[in-house]
Amino acid sequence: MDEKKIALRKFVLENYLFTEDEGALKDDDSFLDNGILDSMGVLELISFLEEELSTSVEGDEVTPDNLDSINKVLAFIETRSH
Amino acid sequence: MCGFAGIFDRAVHGGVSPPAELLRDMGQNIRHRGPDDEGIYSAQGFGCVHRRLSIIDLATGQQPMLSQDANLVLVFNGEIFNFVELREQLVTQGHQFTTNSDTEVILHLYQRHGLDFVSHLNGQFAIALWDKRIEQLLLIRDRVGICPLFYTVDQGKLVFGSEVKALKPALSNGLSLSAEALDQIFTFWAPVSPNTIFKNVFEVPPGHMMVVDRSTIKSIQYWEWSYDEDYSQASEEQSIGELHDLLIDATKIRLRSDVPVGAYLSGGLDSSSIAALINQYGDVPLRTFSLNFDQGNFDEASFQQTLVKKLCTEHSNIMVGADDIARAFKNTIYHTESPILRTAPVPMGLLSGLVKDNNFKVVLTGEGADEVFGGYDIFKEAKVRRFWSRNPNSQWRPLLLKRLYPYLNLPSGNHNVYLKSFFGQALDSPDSVCFSHIPRWTTTAKAKTFFSDDLNSHLRNKAMDVLMESLPSKISSYNAFNRAQYIESKTLMSGYLLNSQGDRMLMKNSVEGRFPFLDHRLIEFASKLHPKTKMKGMNEKYVLKKAMSRYVPDEIIQRSKQPYRAPDVNTGLNTLAGEEFQYYLSDSMLGQSGFFSPGKVAMLQKKAEKGKPLSTSESQALTGILSTQIVYESFVKN
Repeated sequence: MDEKKIALRKFVLENYLFTEDEGALKDDDSFLDNGILDSMGVLELISFLEEELSTSVEGDEVTPDNLDSINKVLAFIETRSH
Repeated sequence: MCGFAGIFDRAVHGGVSPPAELLRDMGQNIRHRGPDDEGIYSAQGFGCVHRRLSIIDLATGQQPMLSQDANLVLVFNGEIFNFVELREQLVTQGHQFTTNSDTEVILHLYQRHGLDFVSHLNGQFAIALWDKRIEQLLLIRDRVGICPLFYTVDQGKLVFGSEVKALKPALSNGLSLSAEALDQIFTFWAPVSPNTIFKNVFEVPPGHMMVVDRSTIKSIQYWEWSYDEDYSQASEEQSIGELHDLLIDATKIRLRSDVPVGAYLSGGLDSSSIAALINQYGDVPLRTFSLNFDQGNFDEASFQQTLVKKLCTEHSNIMVGADDIARAFKNTIYHTESPILRTAPVPMGLLSGLVKDNNFKVVLTGEGADEVFGGYDIFKEAKVRRFWSRNPNSQWRPLLLKRLYPYLNLPSGNHNVYLKSFFGQALDSPDSVCFSHIPRWTTTAKAKTFFSDDLNSHLRNKAMDVLMESLPSKISSYNAFNRAQYIESKTLMSGYLLNSQGDRMLMKNSVEGRFPFLDHRLIEFASKLHPKTKMKGMNEKYVLKKAMSRYVPDEIIQRSKQPYRAPDVNTGLNTLAGEEFQYYLSDSMLGQSGFFSPGKVAMLQKKAEKGKPLSTSESQALTGILSTQIVYESFVKN
């Protein structure tokens, strides 16, 4: 999971916040409330999960409960791996 | 249209008359606005240069024009469309004319009415009028800001011109960029009037005149685009009839010209209406010009062809692709003289090139109808958001937005959450003055992520505060629909659409645009219409559609509105122009200008180069950064 977390954080930091500063994003920061992701960003995040982290996302799983912060995405990946 | 520039040395004891060579240099910088002729005047501390694009009275309309007693000196850019009627009135009042030009009408009108003369003009104009006897300079701009006019004060001298590049030769310390104006552009797409991207350089605001003498500079507003709740009591049928007659007259007087006049044809209702009216009421065959895109989702060719066939016009079109936009981008920015957030002005510059290549100097367009009659999607969007705000937890109300924007790239799953994250902004304050525009501005403002720490530290007054301060207090009493229209006309129309995407893209190829929908009689008429007459339910520009139904084919009247859009600049990063873009985005260039964080820009660039689609904010950021860098190099560094 650590590797996945590192990859996910790097992806979000570089692609949406355009920074390498690890302090710019906390693991519980809401992507929507903080304006980090818009609808295009969500599509990109899903592609990343599918292509880089081998985690497929079904239509009804595209919800803030699953995809709205680093921790929520990691928890979602975890459920999918079981 | 034409271009002019000048200097008023306001030193108390007469001042120094500007050297002709300096005035000539100023004029040379805007030669594209008037390639046909040059005229220079300089005496008594005042000097001006005029570059002429000959359209009316080709033989005797030269400028600067002096009054018969030589006490008035006039340079003028634009057209007075009612000059024929004004001239007749003045003749009956005893005025004698030596030319057939609209320019001379201005001189006589000023002699007759003083400062109030401007209220008699129906047209698009920027005027500099020097009254020698009282040593007073008037700088005047048309009601909605079709013709540009800028000024600055440099070591006691007032320096003015049609474009900022004309001022440059007269400035002792050159030009620098304003961090606050950049903040405004990266929010509203244009600086808040009277600001420009250049520090201490201001525009004469639309509908204003500056009265300048040796001790004071006064700004007087002579016209305001305003709404009141005292709506017209006319029946729908009467309103449709009145609009019909007004639009015909507004179009007809805009056909007055001593050179051939053509029309733009986008395929939408507005340009189709104007083209159809020219065809019906003009006395020469209609000549039309269109823009096409090789990316199908931007293109409107089929609708253009419908009109071409119906009106039997001689038609030319230009096909534009992402590569063309990338190649023309730098030259476009030289002419906009301002950063832009979207590439849309670039194809408009290519289209005016087509007009020029066909030896036309004047085109009529449908510009302004969406502002005057409330046609933009943002007005519908605000209506839906306001409806939604009455029941914010409703699951179905926000889905109306998906119908409004069928091309929205929403992820499957829970749409509402993502609709809410964008359109749900300010949902708890539907009566706030800027409610209609908050989602758009918030998206644009995300581009400020790339501002450097240094730039952020120089921002004293935030863009929203500057805008709010510029709005009249009576705006809160306007109906919500009218309020949205007012904000649209104040922020985007004059600063961006008529300027960066309008006058600058036309005049770069010495082409004059004329806009019947922006006739002030039409604006005043529409301002008195009840909002429900403008947008009936969700049917935008209802009254206009009715008035034009006998001229424009049904399939154009009934088609869904397609906003004018162009391919994004990032698609050009991997083309020939890409190499030039790399230069502007290099660490060293970004470091020199100091406005953007090189590290963040590098990451955005990397993302764009991978060829993945950028979000709206990211694409706007890339376009904004590139164009700011080009403005910096073109006008500050060099």
